[in-house]
Amino acid sequence: MTALLQILFDALSLGSLYALGAIGIALIFGVMRLVNFAHGDYISFCVFALLWPSIDAAAIVFAGQLPAYLLIPIILATGACLSMLSEVLVFRRFRNANPATMMIASFALGFVIKYTLLMLFSSRPKSIDLWSELALPVEILDARIPLLQVITIIITVLILAALVAFLKRTRFGLEMRAAAENFTMARMLGVRANAVILLAFAISGMLAASIGLILVTQTGTVDIQMGSSVMLVAFIATVIGGLGSLPGAVVAGFLIGGISVLMQVILPLEVRPFRDAFVYGAVIVVLIWRPNGLFAPRSAKQRV
Amino acid sequence: MTKRPSIFLRTVSTPLILILVLACFLALAALVNSGPFNQVVIDAFVKVTLVVGLYVFIGNSGVISFGHIGFTCLGAYATAWLTIPPMMKKMALPGLPDLILETKLPFGIAIVLGGIFAAIFALIVGKILMRLSGIAASIATFAMLAVINTVYSNWERVTGATSSVVGIPIVRVVWPYFLAAAGAILIAHLYAISRSGLALRAARDEAIAASASGVDIGRERLIAFIISAFITGLAGALSAHSVGVVTPDTFYLNLTFICLSMLVVGGMNSLSGAVMGVVVLSVIIQVLRQFEKGVDFGGTVLAIPNGLQEITIGIVMVVILIARPSGLTRNTEIVWRRWPFKRVSATAGS
Repeated sequence: MTALLQILFDALSLGSLYALGAIGIALIFGVMRLVNFAHGDYISFCVFALLWPSIDAAAIVFAGQLPAYLLIPIILATGACLSMLSEVLVFRRFRNANPATMMIASFALGFVIKYTLLMLFSSRPKSIDLWSELALPVEILDARIPLLQVITIIITVLILAALVAFLKRTRFGLEMRAAAENFTMARMLGVRANAVILLAFAISGMLAASIGLILVTQTGTVDIQMGSSVMLVAFIATVIGGLGSLPGAVVAGFLIGGISVLMQVILPLEVRPFRDAFVYGAVIVVLIWRPNGLFAPRSAKQRV
Repeated sequence: MTKRPSIFLRTVSTPLILILVLACFLALAALVNSGPFNQVVIDAFVKVTLVVGLYVFIGNSGVISFGHIGFTCLGAYATAWLTIPPMMKKMALPGLPDLILETKLPFGIAIVLGGIFAAIFALIVGKILMRLSGIAASIATFAMLAVINTVYSNWERVTGATSSVVGIPIVRVVWPYFLAAAGAILIAHLYAISRSGLALRAARDEAIAASASGVDIGRERLIAFIISAFITGLAGALSAHSVGVVTPDTFYLNLTFICLSMLVVGGMNSLSGAVMGVVVLSVIIQVLRQFEKGVDFGGTVLAIPNGLQEITIGIVMVVILIARPSGLTRNTEIVWRRWPFKRVSATAGS
């Protein structure tokens, strides 16, 4: 029972990260058909913002020493600004380009962000001490669960609830959902396209920032690569969930997290190093079974 | 009124002109005749082979594949298995079958076998994957790449896991790489003007109309997938022989994105785009590398800081894509019509 609970929490906290990443990608895809490969680099950028303005080889935490009530908004704002800046400077010029061109442009942008960080901070991972007291375990039904896992899950649920409330209850949310459903139609009915897209980028950037904060607290390290692994899985989750479908992205994020943790437990010891191969194999199976994703939005269906 | 050149000349001119461009680099390498420069030209020829292989599938089918670098990995390891001296193989890779452990094939045969190995793998995987289309197919090919990478990074006894496999005979002469690149261009062109290539491009532009006219999209995609897997596998084998070392992580995301970028920057729906993308980006990268090492300006050596090369490449790519969203060649082929070179649209011209 306690082992089961431990597995459940592992799966949920890993799934939370994937789900947050997947929503960030799905939001942008929904409004402008852009698969944003720079998303992972937004995460890394926000993580390195903790060290700002020091660029020493050893990690000297500057911004990270602020109290949490200041630090969290600052990092979120950093993510949002970077994301909006990339939309204004780069993606706005690709409004009529085909998705492949936009995708490569986003990759090139990610490249620029990543190597800017590399140039400033060097590629060596640095250790950083951010809220390390959260790693202490708490006892839930006899199982010792790291407090951080519990907090990660709670925060994710809160973020998701806030996002749902925003999308369903506010005018901006309504506009964004309309734009995701049918962009051309929404524009004809008076939705301000650029404002909606900019807002989607801002939210997506804040999601990236929150992933960055959770990752740093979990691992205690700062690394240029840390965003990209989460981003890849999150990207797969958005496709499995049905591109453009936000609930689908969340469910698929948790699903992949669950499968990864489950494989880690049930695979025999000698094949365990090959775990990722099984996870990606499962991805292929799901795609063959449901090519449009688990929750394909109606707009994804091809019309003749 | 100038007479239009014959249909034959217009058909064969594209690959000939492209091969001629590569031949210029070959001649340049022969003129300069320095080791480092030869290596640069070899690298470029390997990339041309690789990106042309990508074009065969992506350009004709319109499905972006993130998985082809997996085939490159298969080809590279296959040639490593076949050409490393048996003594070293028994030490480093004891898990290989006896037949392979005992053999040592010459370079020329091994690289072709590497390509064939990748093609056979593509036949099996493609049977399943080619049912998908659009972004689902892209992700499925990416999942394939991730599976290949995970297996090759962990299968200690057969692939040496993440440690590098050494002992592959290094081939430092340029012309075999030129021949491979030229061959890849020819194969790609022949496929593009074949019945299957035409059918697949029709399906790319109008999937429903094409299948209504009797095009079996899955089958044509599978053919393109296999041919492109052969070429990218061959490129992988070549890259293994150009540096003499293989590791699984060489053939993962970085290479995937660099090759895709070269293709898209050049123009992903045309063979000329594939070749021009590699040539243009390789030249820019090379110039920037030179700057990184330091350039002598009348006694003062100026060097740009490390990392700025990649940043500049990224910015250059974004700028090119903003100016030409459909690539440098605007998705058209370079054909011989009359002096000077003129372009016609890819769909009308080939």
